[in-house]
Amino acid sequence: MGSTLRQTALHERHRQAGAKLVPFAGWDMPLHYGSQLDEHRRVREHAGVFDVSHMTVVDITGPHALSFLRRLVANDPQRLVHAGQAMYCCMLNDSGGIIDDLIIYFLSEGRYRTVVNAATRERDLEWMQRQAADFDLRIRERTDAAMLAVQGPRAETLLGECVDGLTARRLAEMKPFHGMELGDWLVARTGYTGEDGFEIILPARQAGDLWDHLLEAEVVPCGLGARDSLRLEAGLCLYGQDMDEHTSPLATSLGWTVAWTPEERDFIGRQALAEERRRGPEETLLGLVLHSRGMLRRDVVIHTADGGQGRVTSGGFSPTLGRSIALARLPAGTQGTATALLRGGETSVQVVKPPFVRQGRILIDAGL
Amino acid sequence: MSEVPSDLRYTATHEWARLEEDGTVTVGITDHAQESLGDLVFVETPAVDSIVQAGEGCAVVESVKAASDIYAPVDGVIVDSNSRLTEEPELVNGDPYGEGWIMRIRPEDPDSLEELMDGDDYEHMITEEEEPD
Repeated sequence: MGSTLRQTALHERHRQAGAKLVPFAGWDMPLHYGSQLDEHRRVREHAGVFDVSHMTVVDITGPHALSFLRRLVANDPQRLVHAGQAMYCCMLNDSGGIIDDLIIYFLSEGRYRTVVNAATRERDLEWMQRQAADFDLRIRERTDAAMLAVQGPRAETLLGECVDGLTARRLAEMKPFHGMELGDWLVARTGYTGEDGFEIILPARQAGDLWDHLLEAEVVPCGLGARDSLRLEAGLCLYGQDMDEHTSPLATSLGWTVAWTPEERDFIGRQALAEERRRGPEETLLGLVLHSRGMLRRDVVIHTADGGQGRVTSGGFSPTLGRSIALARLPAGTQGTATALLRGGETSVQVVKPPFVRQGRILIDAGL
Repeated sequence: MSEVPSDLRYTATHEWARLEEDGTVTVGITDHAQESLGDLVFVETPAVDSIVQAGEGCAVVESVKAASDIYAPVDGVIVDSNSRLTEEPELVNGDPYGEGWIMRIRPEDPDSLEELMDGDDYEHMITEEEEPD
């Protein structure tokens, strides 16, 4: 079974750290190293490190790199002006559906780096290649790269202990969604947990040393389980669950990632999206909090107070709130309380606007 | 490899059962079961005095991954359930054969325990489960 799964450069270290390894998007990845709840809490209170080397790193370079990306994604990469700056984007199809969500890093003029999902790798690369036909540029997947995410309130200090003094000072000065190239490393203040932290893309052969140093600095190794519950609390969408090629950014509470100006920028999906915007999207992604014990899980059906219906796109246990939370696709404008059909029967849920938790603080008022 | 104490009896649905000196049977889930479920977040224990039949779902454990019914291993009456699990479901993960016990049953027939698997059989079963194909 394991022979067909890809392994990251840190695979042996995960084993040594006692990871429970599970297949994920074709990779053999750590789910947790003992307790996913502990890992979650350590990231909220301290700092954790995630091996996210399964993510697909793609460099786009050449004279037309910017004009290509401005066509490819719904956000506008021209707004990236500082070297190392990052932007969250949706890559759309002609009908405005989301092919994938990605981060674009501006490295220097004519040099961009994108990070796309592992599960959509082949489709994304194929789509990019197809759209690039008339542009003078090079698309290169960085299979030589590893990626670590160091997340949590102590991330700046503890990652700082693993790098030289000058780099540590630069980390401390780095603003959110900014980054910089340091030799063949790219370090940026980004993440997927709702906490402060950094993501580091570096040559795979150097990943082991950084991992070892981080663990020596008492950064806690964390698996995909905690990564999922942290991003859910932070109200961050997961591709394939909360959105897919049949849902648009407007129907996924990702309208903020669509750059409508300048009006002449003709990104793929713009026309369909503009029409949906005129009509007003019929549905949206909202948060749910379960009042009682039990668990909101994917595909649980939700009935709204005014007779509408929706379903949970991703749900689970929130360690910070001590109860179940979810993201759900619901009729636009849904608020108040709704009903979930759970194992135990009809159960009341509170409709809230995500995020639930950011930077260790509970942000929703659900009668807790 | 999960721990399988040899002095307990086991079900195919991953409960363990121990005959106590007072004739009651203590029931919990196995180390293998808690490991596959991952961190438990809720445990619903059965009401005392309820009558249960072997194979009947009478408790529920819910983990970060899935909800799972706990089946009575023998016919009998529930005489006690572990109320600590309401606040500390993690006891099941940390000590599945000790503080993480779930319920105690007064069996209709104490010999019915003999029909359950012994440690060797259970270990054999989970080893086969873990191996692909």
